Parts: sequence; C-alpha cells; structure tokens
Amino acid sequence: MSNIPANLKYTKSHEWIRVEDDGSLTIGVTDHAQEALGDIVFLELPDVGRSLAAGEACAVIESVKAASDIYAPVAGEVLAANQNVVDAPESVNADAYGNWLFKLKPINGADIEALMDAAGYATEIAQA
Amino acid sequence: MSTPSKHTPLHASHVAAGARMVDFAGWDMPVNYGSQIEEHHAVRHDAGMFDVSHMLSVDLSGPDATTFLRGLLANDVIKLVEPGKAIYSCMLNEQGGVIDDLIVYRFSVSDYRLVVNAGTAEKDVAWIRKRIATTAANVSLDGRRDLAMIAIQGPRAIERASAAMPELVTARGIPSSFTAVRAGDLLIARTGYTGEDGLEIAVPAIRAEAMWNALVAAGVKPCGLGARDTLRLEAGMNLYGQDMDETVSPLDAGLSWTVDLKDDNRDFVGRSALEAKPASNRLLGLILEDKGVLRSHMKVFTSAGEGETTSGSFSPTLEKSIGFVRVPLATQVGEVIEVDIRGKRLKARTVKLPFVRNGKPLV
Repeated sequence: MSNIPANLKYTKSHEWIRVEDDGSLTIGVTDHAQEALGDIVFLELPDVGRSLAAGEACAVIESVKAASDIYAPVAGEVLAANQNVVDAPESVNADAYGNWLFKLKPINGADIEALMDAAGYATEIAQA
Repeated sequence: MSTPSKHTPLHASHVAAGARMVDFAGWDMPVNYGSQIEEHHAVRHDAGMFDVSHMLSVDLSGPDATTFLRGLLANDVIKLVEPGKAIYSCMLNEQGGVIDDLIVYRFSVSDYRLVVNAGTAEKDVAWIRKRIATTAANVSLDGRRDLAMIAIQGPRAIERASAAMPELVTARGIPSSFTAVRAGDLLIARTGYTGEDGLEIAVPAIRAEAMWNALVAAGVKPCGLGARDTLRLEAGMNLYGQDMDETVSPLDAGLSWTVDLKDDNRDFVGRSALEAKPASNRLLGLILEDKGVLRSHMKVFTSAGEGETTSGSFSPTLEKSIGFVRVPLATQVGEVIEVDIRGKRLKARTVKLPFVRNGKPLV
C-alpha cells in the first residue's frame, strides 16, 4: 500500500509537488513510483535556470529495470537540483518524499490548483 | 482474454514474503522481494536462493539414449563418464540456429536428464518427441512437472543449505562441480546461473514449501528474477531469447566452446550448417563508461562497423552498467566504442567475459 502524504499535490506521471511558503515548488517522485521502478541507480536532473513548459520531460530516473522520464508539473524555471540524490540514487527508494529532485519557480502560481490532491492520486493509482 | 499465469509450487511463499510478482514466460514469478541489488549482494557474499521451478526437467531414458542425444545436441554427451556428470549444450535446428540452451546430466548410458528453459519447454519437448519419432530411437521422454527446483547460490550456500537439510550431509557427499547426486527423492546438482558456488535441487513439488522455509530459517535469502539477471550478466552467462535465439548461430553467441566437432563421425542436427558458415560476429562484454544503463537492442558503433547490444543492466558489484554486445569479428577487446542510448552517443569499453569471478571484479 503506497504512502500518499495529504499535504502534497500529485500528477498522473507520479510526481509529487510541495508548495513552499515563498510560492516555489519542490518536486519529487512518489512512493508508488519508486516501488514500481525498483532499485534506482541513476538520476539526471535539469540544469538550474532552465525554463520548462508544463508537461515537458526534464529529468530522467533510471532503475535497474528501466529508464523513466520525469515531467515538469507546471511551467516554470528550475531553481535548484538535488545533488544528494544524484550521488545516492537509492535514497529515493528509501524515502521518496524526504528526497526531492528539483525545485521550480512557477510562471503562474494558479496552475498549482489544477494538480491532483492526495485523494485524487490514490484513486488514480488504484485504477492502474 | 489472456491466459492466466502459471504458478510454481512455491508461489504462495513468494506472495507471503511480499515479493513483487511479474509474468515471465507465462509464469507468475517474483522479480524481487524488496531490493534486487540487496539480493544480488547476498548471492555474491553469502547465500541467496531462486525458485526455478518454472524450468523443466526432462528425463530421457532407454537403450538408444546416448546415440539419440549425440545426434540431438551440439555438445557431445560421450564426454560424460562419471555418473551424474553434466555439460552445458545448445540444441540446434537444421539451419544451425539455437532452439534452446540446456544442461544435460548423465546417470548411466541409458538414463539422462535435460534441464530446459521455461519459455521454451513446450517447444523443446515437441522438437525432441518429433526427433524420437523420425529416428525411431528406442527412448522414452518424461517431462517432470511434478518437480519443483530451488537454486541456492553463494559462498555460504552449501554451508547454509546443509544446516537446513541434514540429508545433504548424509548423502554420498556434496557433488563435485557440474555433477548431480540423488539423495532420496532429491536430485542435488552442483550447478548454477550466478558464477558462484552452489546447488540446484530438484524436489517433489509437495516438499518444496517446507524445504524453502527451512532454507529461509537457515539464513538463505530469497532472490528474484531481477537479481538472477544481474548475477548471470556479471558471470558472463547467456540468456536464451536475448543473447541468442533460433536465428542466431552458437558461433555468433560466444558459445563455440559448447559445440563439439571433434568426432567427425558424429552428425548432429545443425552440424552441417555450422560447418558451412563460420562465425561472422563475436559476443563481447561491454562496460558503460558514461552514466546510464545498457539495455538490449541498443545500436553500437565500432571501428570495424556497427553492432548491437544483446543484454544489459546495472552491475551491483562493479557499480557500473554492463552488457553483452554482438560486434563484427574484427572488433578488439579493450576497444572504446559508442552506444546509442535514447538518441545520445555514450562511450563504452569492450571486455572479455566474465566481468566477475568468485565475487571479485575481473575488469
């Protein structure tokens, strides 16, 4: 049974999003995603300063099994990339919500509202 | 509507242990029990076990058994002298393509066992039956679906298995390498698909769960298909369906050493095709120098021309991605070549197989 924290937003492509006090977004992959992927061995994160469109493939998470693209949940500019997960990819398996991948400054703060909440994501993965 | 996956006698044990299950050749099998990397390390440093009951033991017996197998297989069973001795062989079609790879054990001149892959078992049995009919060989074939099989592998595999199963200790001793002994209703073989020491034990299905539980209690770690693949890759062992198939000659799959042409008087299925067509490629190991993971069917570019990866994954022992690559014959070991991974050209180095021996990297 996957862990789905109530205070986060989610996408169909299994990213989680935390809205920070300053309006920036912290993004990672969900517990469901890390479980499905298996042991993660590599992460390729976007460069700081890069502009992303909503839904644009911007990072790659590679497990022993397969490579998966990670998509920008909303349009924005990359503020930071987490070097810790690049150095220790297995930490994402250990704690998917405690290990963020990158931070975004959204172009339009209101875009966040369109993302799924925890209940919506729970339904989404139950149907898969 | 698709056919539901088959269950081995140990299916309930895997589900109870929380294994992530996946369909493999029509069987519902454990891919991991949490972390395939941890399972891999357990086999390299301690003891791990695999449910390989989806594979099929095929008993072949009768007065013509030796003659029949000498005509069926590319390796020569005449070399099996000691009772219980085994060899690894390909079974070829008339064009010299590989129908399956298998291990064949000889118990006597008229009593053998073949162990074949799960995905090809039906095809293999049909092929063998047809050949029995066309050659009018006096042999009978028995596909042993009444058996389960557990592979216990690692430097401490035999020690832990002996603690779990006293009958291993009281039998005629543990068999020597590539040999099998009978102990009651068990067949105990000193073989494996990991590059480590260990045993593959064929057991009546009804006993399998109790045996599995005893091994768990003795500290043997259940391991799934994910670890099985990374272990065999490090050990330089081919996977049928990936590294070779019916369209590939054993000579192009790094398996020339399993083809025995010494006896000019021994004809076997596919011999004339092999003799007519020498190898045009070679199968080498590949280590990715850049970050990423090699997979099968990736195009590679060498100084001698293009080639293709046949298998690939991440090596937990080397902490790099490794794979097998089919390249033009002229490609040298140690050459740095380019691999196309999702549109990018990454650097990789060819090496001789295997990558790892006795738990230590060779590269």
